[in-house]
Amino acid sequence: MTVPLLLAAIALPSASGLAAVALRRRPAAGQGLACLLVCAGAACGLAAAGAALQGGEIAAPRLSLRLDGLGAVFLAPISLLAAAGSVYGLGYHRQAALGARAIRLQLYYGLAVGGMALLVAASNAIVFLVGWEVMALANFLLVLTDDERGEVQRAAFLYLASTHVGTLALFALFALLGQAAGSFDFAAWQGLSAAGALGARGFVLALLGFGMKAGLVPVHFWLPPAHAAAPSHVSALMSGVVVKTGVYGLLRVTGLLDGVPASWGIALLALGGISAVLGVAFALAQHDLKRLLAYHTVENVGIITLGAGLALLGRARGEPALVLLGFSGAALHVVNHALFKGLLFLGAGAVQHATGTRELDHLGGLARPMRGTALLFVVGAAAIAGLPPLNGFVSEWLVTLGFLRGLGRPAGDVLAFLALGAPVLAFVGGLAAACFAKVVGVAFLGNPRTGPAREAHEAPPSMLAPMAVLAAACAAIGLAPSLAIAPLGGAAAAWARLDPGALAEAAAEASSGAARVSLVAAGLLAAVALAVLLRRRLLAAAPRAPATETWGCGFSAPSARIQYTGSSFAALLVARFSWAIFPRGPTPHLAGPFPGPAELRTEVPDTVLDLGLLPAARAYGWLATRARLLYLRRIQFQMLLVLVTLVAFLAWGFVW
Amino acid sequence: MSSPLLLRTLFHLAVLALVPPLLLGIVNRTKSIVGGRVGPPLLQPYRDLAKLLRKGAVYSRTTTWVFRAGPVVGLAAVATAGLLLAMGGAPAAISFTGDFVLFAYLLGLARFFTALAALDTGSPFEGMGAAREVTFASLAEPALFLCLLVLARATGTLSLSGMLGPSLPGAWTVAAPALLLAAIALFVIALAENARIPVDDPNTHLELTMIHEVMVLDHGGPDLAFILYGASLKLFLFGAILSRLALGGTGSEVAAELLFLLGLALFAIAVGAVESVMARFRMIRVPQLLVGASILSAFALVLLLR
Repeated sequence: MTVPLLLAAIALPSASGLAAVALRRRPAAGQGLACLLVCAGAACGLAAAGAALQGGEIAAPRLSLRLDGLGAVFLAPISLLAAAGSVYGLGYHRQAALGARAIRLQLYYGLAVGGMALLVAASNAIVFLVGWEVMALANFLLVLTDDERGEVQRAAFLYLASTHVGTLALFALFALLGQAAGSFDFAAWQGLSAAGALGARGFVLALLGFGMKAGLVPVHFWLPPAHAAAPSHVSALMSGVVVKTGVYGLLRVTGLLDGVPASWGIALLALGGISAVLGVAFALAQHDLKRLLAYHTVENVGIITLGAGLALLGRARGEPALVLLGFSGAALHVVNHALFKGLLFLGAGAVQHATGTRELDHLGGLARPMRGTALLFVVGAAAIAGLPPLNGFVSEWLVTLGFLRGLGRPAGDVLAFLALGAPVLAFVGGLAAACFAKVVGVAFLGNPRTGPAREAHEAPPSMLAPMAVLAAACAAIGLAPSLAIAPLGGAAAAWARLDPGALAEAAAEASSGAARVSLVAAGLLAAVALAVLLRRRLLAAAPRAPATETWGCGFSAPSARIQYTGSSFAALLVARFSWAIFPRGPTPHLAGPFPGPAELRTEVPDTVLDLGLLPAARAYGWLATRARLLYLRRIQFQMLLVLVTLVAFLAWGFVW
Repeated sequence: MSSPLLLRTLFHLAVLALVPPLLLGIVNRTKSIVGGRVGPPLLQPYRDLAKLLRKGAVYSRTTTWVFRAGPVVGLAAVATAGLLLAMGGAPAAISFTGDFVLFAYLLGLARFFTALAALDTGSPFEGMGAAREVTFASLAEPALFLCLLVLARATGTLSLSGMLGPSLPGAWTVAAPALLLAAIALFVIALAENARIPVDDPNTHLELTMIHEVMVLDHGGPDLAFILYGASLKLFLFGAILSRLALGGTGSEVAAELLFLLGLALFAIAVGAVESVMARFRMIRVPQLLVGASILSAFALVLLLR
């Protein structure tokens, strides 16, 4: 019964684009049908994921498909976000208005979703790679949707090159493991030893291949431009779930191997910590709304990687509690991040739809014309900042609990120092809150800074409804975390190949804590309701005062331009990261008692891409051109080179 | 829950609801005595609150629902955080493993909405205040976590009730240096989080130099009352942690409660004394102060972990 559900979850979205092609003469119907197919596939996917998490895995050995708890954790958000983005597209990317462009998008969107569903359900490395490549290429074409813009072309090419470097590493990884096991079935890899040269090589390759897709620092550089360039519902899909396939791959491969050394867990903790801190720091410095959200994806993948590192460390050191807390935290954060980042990207799309710009410092005051979008965006912002009573808090709390396990260790044990991870997470949470105070404040609050922001309009219901569904899911997990945590215990045990009983104690502790979190969340809502009622009664009894202008501290001619901008809001914090972030731009020259008008324009290059890789590539290109000139000029010189090479090889042959 | 424990919890809720403004009164009284002034009466903050609650509120035409939500969410979040705090030796109303994370993030929720409400006015001054608040808070947060980790390690528990509960006196006998360092760091964090000197001057008159006060310039009436009460509640929460940490001794239940209240009063006097003898730091020195507190508490933690 459940196998057809899984097949439908893969096939229906993959075929959805064909509906748009077939009904191209009736675009509204074509897009509607395609959307319906994606949604039907998503419903099947959610049902299959639910079944796999509750009642054990779904296997179709002859098709090399097998959905276990780990796969289900990823299939659920893939399905939900695919459906949300597809419905959103009905209003945001209308086929009736955009024609062939929208048909292409529909085709690739379905393929990307189908590819992802296939790869998380694959039980064979070849099938996995097929899903991986379909997803990667479809995403490349999705990024290229607005292909007449140079910025989009550059972002898409960078994405294509990076994803193929990653795929190359995966080919090598799977070849190594396949050779060692004599088969490409994941089942045959189970129990391969992670110790020794095979394990070390495999781990480095997996880090490169999967880390590239996941966007871990320092191989995150392709992510911000690609996610900013794609249409917003595609960005939501890419940031929300596509990057997670990298995390899935890391967890899948490490879960299969036996005797995982503690150093792997420590490596993941280090990479995760660096990604989380630098991701949010880079995000703070951005003034393009979607680039900023994309850097937050780097941060959140860092948090997920911290959880995965804890789980690996727990396996290496035989600590079931660490396995449970790390795995559950990482898995729940995978789902949570998909929900709130999807919501935020859809919100950013609504802003772009309404104003035509993503530049934060051109926005402002959108909460007035766009009430619904603003409310939902605030929910997403609070969730991503890890604030209760929303879902982001729950998963960060679980990962923190994992770090706190270190406190119970005897003095002198290295694991005791895990406790130092908790303040790092708190720091990241504080920075994320600061960053989203900036985003919400500059884009939605205050006075509109430019004409387009003044004339903004609310998004249509077809765009608001999917955002509302995602926001409701964020609130539901935040208010009743026990329901979300309970099924993860089984998935953690299956992943670590531990007896579920070994995890029971830690699981009971986590779920009793989660029940108390619900209680406090309910108390918080009750307190808010009480305060609202009290305030309303007090204001009704008090004399009414007329509305006025904002108090300008004595300044009598305020304008929207005197408001704090996003850059000035973040300047204090960005200055703390002057060792990693290098904003550039000419400093305006102001002289004399009455200086004339001046202009300040800054940009924040990506430290790895713009200050590391591109200059290195340019230098290499320069050298290569020089080297080529040497022998291109004269044929005699080329022949001399051939001769020298020949002699060198001969000499090498003789000497060896 | 046995009935004496229930009574004690109810007593603590009453203390949580009623005592906070008194702390502000004690702080101001201390300052006026040191400054040689007569100063306002001890109960003046209650009168201020009562006055504000009776008034109407003036709203700027720029503001939206976010501006109105700020004080409400701010007060509700801080009050809910109070439910997690152990007072006077008895466990808190709600306690579980890792509850201090929720405690810290509830304070973060209050701060987030206060900053949003400030940005909603479109005033450059309030934007400035919000930027400073979130900046300093993001540095104070890891320091707070480190301090609480020291407590957790020293007492061997992972809940606020355990950390501030009966095992604290025993922890002082074996880990006194680390706990002392943590207490000092916690006091610095309490000053920063509550916008007191030397981080922020609650009595300053120049908007350009303010942090917390400038964020609430446009609030009036019941909204301002909520903010003031929330601020005093937050001061109370930090005072309660420090009071338990410094004076948590063994003894009868009544003695523990009296000692707790005495500790709160001493905390308020200490804040007032710092405010009387020090000037505000320059704004760029504040991060150094907070990073210093982090390093102090990290050092304390390493002392216990090594």
